[in-house]
Amino acid sequence: MEQRYYQPEIETMPVEQLKKLQSEKLVKQVQHVYDNVPYYRNLMDEKGITPADIKGIEDLHKLPFLTKADLREAYPTGLLAVPQKDCVRIHSTSGTTGRRVVAFYTQHDVDLWEDCCARAIVAAGCSNEDVCQVAYGYGLFTGGSGLHGGSHKVGCLTLPMSSGNTERQIQFMMDLNATLLCCTPSYAAYLAESLKEQGYKPEDNKLKAGIFGAEPWTEEMRRNIQDALGIKAYDIYGLTETSGPGVAFECSQQNGMHINEDHFYAEIIDPDTGEVLPEGSKGELVFTSLDKEAFPLLRYRTRDICVLSRKPCACGRTHIRMSKPMGRSDDMLIIRGVNVFPSQIETVLLKEGYSPNYQIVLDRVNNNDTFDVNVELNPDQFSDTVGGVTKQEKALAAAMKTMLGINPTVHLVSPKSIVRSEGKAVRVIDKRKLIDSNQWKG
Amino acid sequence: MAINQLTVFVENQKGSLVKITEALAEANVDIRALSIADTQEFGILRLIVNNNEAATKALTDLGYIIKNIDVVGVKIGDAPGKLSKALDILDKADINMEYLYAFLTRTERHAYVVIRVADNAAAEAVLTENGFHIITDADIAKL
Repeated sequence: MEQRYYQPEIETMPVEQLKKLQSEKLVKQVQHVYDNVPYYRNLMDEKGITPADIKGIEDLHKLPFLTKADLREAYPTGLLAVPQKDCVRIHSTSGTTGRRVVAFYTQHDVDLWEDCCARAIVAAGCSNEDVCQVAYGYGLFTGGSGLHGGSHKVGCLTLPMSSGNTERQIQFMMDLNATLLCCTPSYAAYLAESLKEQGYKPEDNKLKAGIFGAEPWTEEMRRNIQDALGIKAYDIYGLTETSGPGVAFECSQQNGMHINEDHFYAEIIDPDTGEVLPEGSKGELVFTSLDKEAFPLLRYRTRDICVLSRKPCACGRTHIRMSKPMGRSDDMLIIRGVNVFPSQIETVLLKEGYSPNYQIVLDRVNNNDTFDVNVELNPDQFSDTVGGVTKQEKALAAAMKTMLGINPTVHLVSPKSIVRSEGKAVRVIDKRKLIDSNQWKG
Repeated sequence: MAINQLTVFVENQKGSLVKITEALAEANVDIRALSIADTQEFGILRLIVNNNEAATKALTDLGYIIKNIDVVGVKIGDAPGKLSKALDILDKADINMEYLYAFLTRTERHAYVVIRVADNAAAEAVLTENGFHIITDADIAKL
């Protein structure tokens, strides 16, 4: 029999009952955090809030927000809410020195995270008869481990490929008849292209679904991947801070991602005022974990801008849906799945002796992000040979790769040639046109 | 002894060279020799001019990056095999060239070759020993 839900009683729970469950869990979570994390206790004491003030979800707005800066400040164990000996694992954000956040997990936390991923896998139409190829990176990054664990829970045959090595990916995909592919959408597009180059047609593979996340992608890209691989492509959302992928996932309707509300409560706020906005408003997504042990987060500001909708979904799930993120409320860029802050580029330039006059140009060619950085050349650094200038460009690109983890193409340009609007240089030109989700009506 | 070369960083954009040559014309600068090394994105323009100061000012005012460097200028007889001989001398002396370019003048029966090496003095010494005439900025100004 076709399995429609991984945890039917939770996933289709009537909304009123779900809200009651959330309130009960929140009360416990707040008490747990207050009792065990001095950082939170001080924060709440400063605001004059005690756990007794939080009687349910309706009181959540009384709690202060938590930001990424708070998490970084607490590095590495400042927000740990259980003794370290009770933890079984850590993961970490892709950020670089100074921006890294370490998330801790108890076995309970790993289990609930893997349950979330298992729900996503079942929602993509898969069961224990499927072969799940996990081509997300394994390691500190949460992508590989999360889907791997979810695949185990569902009982799929799991192919722990990790990212890269396209030849081997294709060999295992074809020889072991993979039916579900989990990776970043850009890597899925790349795999599709490589399969085509090797003479495979969409019907030659056994894939039926793909779960793609960790970076923004468009409906157009979804259509391209679906056509090229002969599959249905599903979006998945998550962040290391909350656990990893699976905080929200798409169902058969492919119309917004169901948030796993029994574990993560979502709010939409005005990023400028912090005011909670009504359902259907566009604003910054804020998450509160409801039953995490090691690394609970209360009102964590994701900086992702999106819309929530509780309109009934034809799949039968009652959990609220979120649109694809439509942008950021900070200046973070997601390039090839990696988080990049323009200030990191500036840091590299200053360290390498360049003036911090730069411009990042992003585009998407053949479903892959292009990442170019124009840097204004200093007179005293100018070499009179082509080889000299090219060498400088390569050295700068290598220094940026070390800082960011991804490789830009660096172009040295004339001084003052970078466009300035109202005297201020335009630091980022993003031509990727990822805003088709702006039309989302829920 | 060496002569001064104006080196200009030029982005590959329409009209760049027109802008540069017009600015030099307005500053009353004569271009004696010119060479461009280019890639898809940028070019490096190398100029030998009769008035370095005026040229440097004109282009710097326009926002260009200029580097003034010393290069070796050699007078070479305008006949087959002369250039080859000069290069052979440098090669035998283990002096590597980064690049070179040549120019002629209307009045003299000579060619001039501009050579970029790491060690100007060594190149000039070995060329002079072998009977070549090294030119100076003063010579350029008189051309």
